[in-house]
Amino acid sequence: MKVSLSWLKAYTPVKRSAEELAEALTLVGLAVDAVVDRYRFLDTVLVGRILAVDAHPAADRLTVCQVDTGRGIIPVVCGAPNAAPDLLAPVALPGTSLPNGTVIEAGLIRGQRSEGMLCSAAELTLGADAAGIMVLKGDLPIGAALNTALVLSDPVLELDLTPNRADCLSMIGVAREAAAIQGTRLTLPRRASVSGAHDDIRRLTSVTIEAPDHCPRYVARVLEGVVVGPSPFWLQDRLLSVGLRPINNIVDVTNLVMLECGQPLHAFDLDCLAENRIVVRTAGQGEKFVTLDQKERELDSEMLMICDGTKPVAIAGVMGGLNSEIRPDTRRVLIESACFEPLSVRKTSKKLGLGTDASRRFERGVDPAGTVQAADRAAALMAEVSGGQVVGGVIDAHPRPWTPKVIELSVERTHQVLGIRVPKRKIARMLSAIGFQADSAPRKNELRITVPSFRVDVSRPEDLIEEVARLSGFDSIPTTFPRLPAGERPPAARLELRQRIKTILTGFGFTEVITYSFIHGLSCDRLMLPADDPRRRTVAVLNPLAEDQSVMRSSLVPGLLETLRFNLAQQTRRLKLFEIGKVFLQRPGADLPEEPEMIAGLWSGSRDPLSWHAKDVPCDFYDLKGAVEGLLGALNLPAIEVSQVPDAQCFYTRPGYSGRIRAASREIGLIGELHPRVRAAVDLKQTAFLFEIEIGAIEELLSETRYRMRTVKFPAVARDITLIVDRSLEARAVINEVAAMNLDLLESVQLFDVFSGGPIPSDKRSLSYRLTYRSPEKTLEDNEVNALHQLVTERLLGVFQAELPGR
Amino acid sequence: MELNLDQAYSEARRELETAAGDPQKIQALQVHYLGRKGVLTQFLRSIAGLPPEQRPAAGQKANAIKQQLSADFDAAIEALEGDGLATQDRIDVSLPGRTEATGALHPISRISAEICAIFSKMGFDIVEGPEVEKDYYNFEALNIPKNHPARDMQDTFFVSPDVVLRTHTSPLQVRTMERQAPPVRVIAPGKVFRCDSDQTHTPMFHQVEGLLVDENVSFGDLKGTLTAFVHQMFDEQTRLRFRPSFFPFTEPSAEVDILCVICRGRGCRVCKHTGWLEILGSGMVHPAVFENVGYDTGRYTGFAFGMGVERVAMLKYGIDDLRKFFENDLRFLSQF
Repeated sequence: MKVSLSWLKAYTPVKRSAEELAEALTLVGLAVDAVVDRYRFLDTVLVGRILAVDAHPAADRLTVCQVDTGRGIIPVVCGAPNAAPDLLAPVALPGTSLPNGTVIEAGLIRGQRSEGMLCSAAELTLGADAAGIMVLKGDLPIGAALNTALVLSDPVLELDLTPNRADCLSMIGVAREAAAIQGTRLTLPRRASVSGAHDDIRRLTSVTIEAPDHCPRYVARVLEGVVVGPSPFWLQDRLLSVGLRPINNIVDVTNLVMLECGQPLHAFDLDCLAENRIVVRTAGQGEKFVTLDQKERELDSEMLMICDGTKPVAIAGVMGGLNSEIRPDTRRVLIESACFEPLSVRKTSKKLGLGTDASRRFERGVDPAGTVQAADRAAALMAEVSGGQVVGGVIDAHPRPWTPKVIELSVERTHQVLGIRVPKRKIARMLSAIGFQADSAPRKNELRITVPSFRVDVSRPEDLIEEVARLSGFDSIPTTFPRLPAGERPPAARLELRQRIKTILTGFGFTEVITYSFIHGLSCDRLMLPADDPRRRTVAVLNPLAEDQSVMRSSLVPGLLETLRFNLAQQTRRLKLFEIGKVFLQRPGADLPEEPEMIAGLWSGSRDPLSWHAKDVPCDFYDLKGAVEGLLGALNLPAIEVSQVPDAQCFYTRPGYSGRIRAASREIGLIGELHPRVRAAVDLKQTAFLFEIEIGAIEELLSETRYRMRTVKFPAVARDITLIVDRSLEARAVINEVAAMNLDLLESVQLFDVFSGGPIPSDKRSLSYRLTYRSPEKTLEDNEVNALHQLVTERLLGVFQAELPGR
Repeated sequence: MELNLDQAYSEARRELETAAGDPQKIQALQVHYLGRKGVLTQFLRSIAGLPPEQRPAAGQKANAIKQQLSADFDAAIEALEGDGLATQDRIDVSLPGRTEATGALHPISRISAEICAIFSKMGFDIVEGPEVEKDYYNFEALNIPKNHPARDMQDTFFVSPDVVLRTHTSPLQVRTMERQAPPVRVIAPGKVFRCDSDQTHTPMFHQVEGLLVDENVSFGDLKGTLTAFVHQMFDEQTRLRFRPSFFPFTEPSAEVDILCVICRGRGCRVCKHTGWLEILGSGMVHPAVFENVGYDTGRYTGFAFGMGVERVAMLKYGIDDLRKFFENDLRFLSQF
């Protein structure tokens, strides 16, 4: 909503600067986004003197003028008949943007150089004259900007209104607030007296409302003998001051009155209405209708239409029809001033994708008691500017009469909610200033407030408390603190776990990323997930902004891969990333999807940052596995086991390089190298290792037990064993086997070497373990240890058909 | 002879003191007194020429002085060379250490945690809820019926006619109040989604919601709580401005502006030359919301607020482009 100060002053004096007024309005809830002077564009329109006027060699109607701009003499090609030497006229320099949208450029016009434009009063919105260039008085300084020279200034406030303040979608509404802030008087336009002979109108037309639920009120007035033409300048100027282009005197009046009081109006050519009458009804399903903007619209049976005796002539509250618009030869005008149901207008406007000044006001609710007044005002103005006569009488079809709302407001409650004591008298005064009526109520500390018809947003005591708060000024409310009862608080367990994971992983050199929760519709295909994979149960977004944001992610992997791709393109080649976030899985039969939270990590590029310590080796499976083990270990989870994923179940991870992560014999996640075909599908230049674990699973396995083993003071004895085993034997199997022997004196088994090649046959490898023996009661004797170690050795040799080296 | 010995010692001491700090002189003195042909060595040799009864005393004395002098020289040399190790054994201490640089937390996650920590200290519990949310919780229970113009304030992604990607963290207000009776004091951080993408909007962003309900909670308490928050998040000098606004689920509603942290109110590009930055939406919980969760509107009042984490992060870190948060360029992220 734009409000020019020049127009606002028609209703209340403005005592302060535009900026101060803007600030004050903002602080009562009418946020002013910007204050822009309407005549700012005149900064680059200068007072120029025409020095010479020569005929244009290639065009009869054009001349080439030499214009002194005070900064030099420039050639200007001009089409005005009144251009003459020695005249002072406004000249717009290149770059100037005129209110009609023209942007001045320097260039050739029919082969002649032109470096500006000599302007008419109409082009500068300074007068109605469009016939020739504007002739300026001779005493103006050459080269001065026109706004300075003519002392032109009209600040325009750009209001960003909240949807509740329908009443302020009008000059009067804003003026009412301004008057209340300043303590000035609000002067409303004089009530038009255009009644005439009472029932004349009924001989010319009628209004039938067939859909009273959608249209509680429809007021019509008629004018005869109008002459359609341009509006007088004062009327054009009003509209131009808020950025609206004048059209013709009839339409301009409807716009003026709408901007003035917030009631959208429509003017029909009465002679274009079949049977000269109005019927308000819903449209036929699939019916076609051409609106004023010359577009064909398809209607449905929920849309409210204004019709004549046979056909639709306007989409109610949204836009008029081409078939009944005001034309140059229009003689009889029917003015519509109606109340339409906000919901109905909003639905129609949404469905058609057609938002207008009218629909915006109807959606928010217009003043149900202001319709007749608006029609009267428009009729009187139209008569004034078009030479027509207002036909006596008003049609006021009013199937759902409006009754004023009355609210009891407790002064005590107001104090309690706001924390500030506002005396009853002051409340009454403040509310009265913005049109409420405050009367005493039966109860002592209460007021009986009658809500004015234009405040459709106010219906309960809290609404009034809000009015009291904003008019008192939020600044006047003292700062206090809520009481803080001590009490037991539930721990935010998940949040703390997440924070710990983040701390550990960043400690391991991983950087946290946050990617969009929606991913490409083809992501599951790109991950080569089979049809029955649970991650295929994606949640689709019905109205995505882009194809790559069209389904909710069912895995964090696509986001990490996309991040990798982006960073590789930025020449960052070593990446250690992780993300924590929810994934979304459709749950059959449930309203909402499952939202398990996942932690996923990615390592790509070198193992170590470039340094002098280590050779530049690419990272591998064990680098990432180490990080995962480190993470889960630091969280005090039971030791994890990683087992080979069968090749047929490796979808986006490389067969042979994929492992299921298990803890306490539960599968909690997946780790592996990216499958080469997936890498190709997502167009990555280098491979990556990935893991993904469900945080809920980690949470369930968390344990606070940390103190499991007593420290013993007796010395340990270590014995190493090297086994030559089949290559396919998993190293962990040996440890499991030893553990299964349940030897009391065996403290630990650690793998410390894996070797293949050399003398070892190619289908074998050697695994070396260190076994540590210790007794809690005494220092072990060599022979005891030897016997135990012998037992273990024989067991392992037997179970795994292993050999000892050097045999 | 005895006299000679004491004299020699005190002379040596004196000379050593004047030579302190000069390795060459010290070494020369050392040779002069203790060397193979040095003063003391020669004296010790000369003991053999003494009468036998004098030899032990003279030998003892000479050895004691030699020992003392050796110790003195050692001390002087040590003072010169530290622990006396050979000087050529050196490492290049300027070489970088052997480490993996720590990774970085995403700035959004940092700021979100910081916001939560401040409110935690004020006694707020942290709650979380679904990101794919029922229309009821996202809108209707918050006094935003279907087809209400207020729905235009939030461009919504739909999953089905009745299920949306939550457009704000405010559904947690309703979910929390449905679950527990007053007093309620919670904050709810999380992702939110709006169907809008341009220079100043990303389709996903983060909010932190707050809700406090009890008996006798006033708008003044709202002002106090948010003022305390802003002072901790930014600094004590940060002025606040509460400005009437409209949210369907609060009344009165207030936007909270802070004096521009970049220009301190003088006007700059970040605050669009207004001197103020909008950082919070807030208000007293609308009675219609209490009615929807079955709270006694006569007995309880409360306030709610919500803020954009990206906005706070941009101000805290001086980040000028919202989209940087979700590009995840490692060069950007590794600075946090």
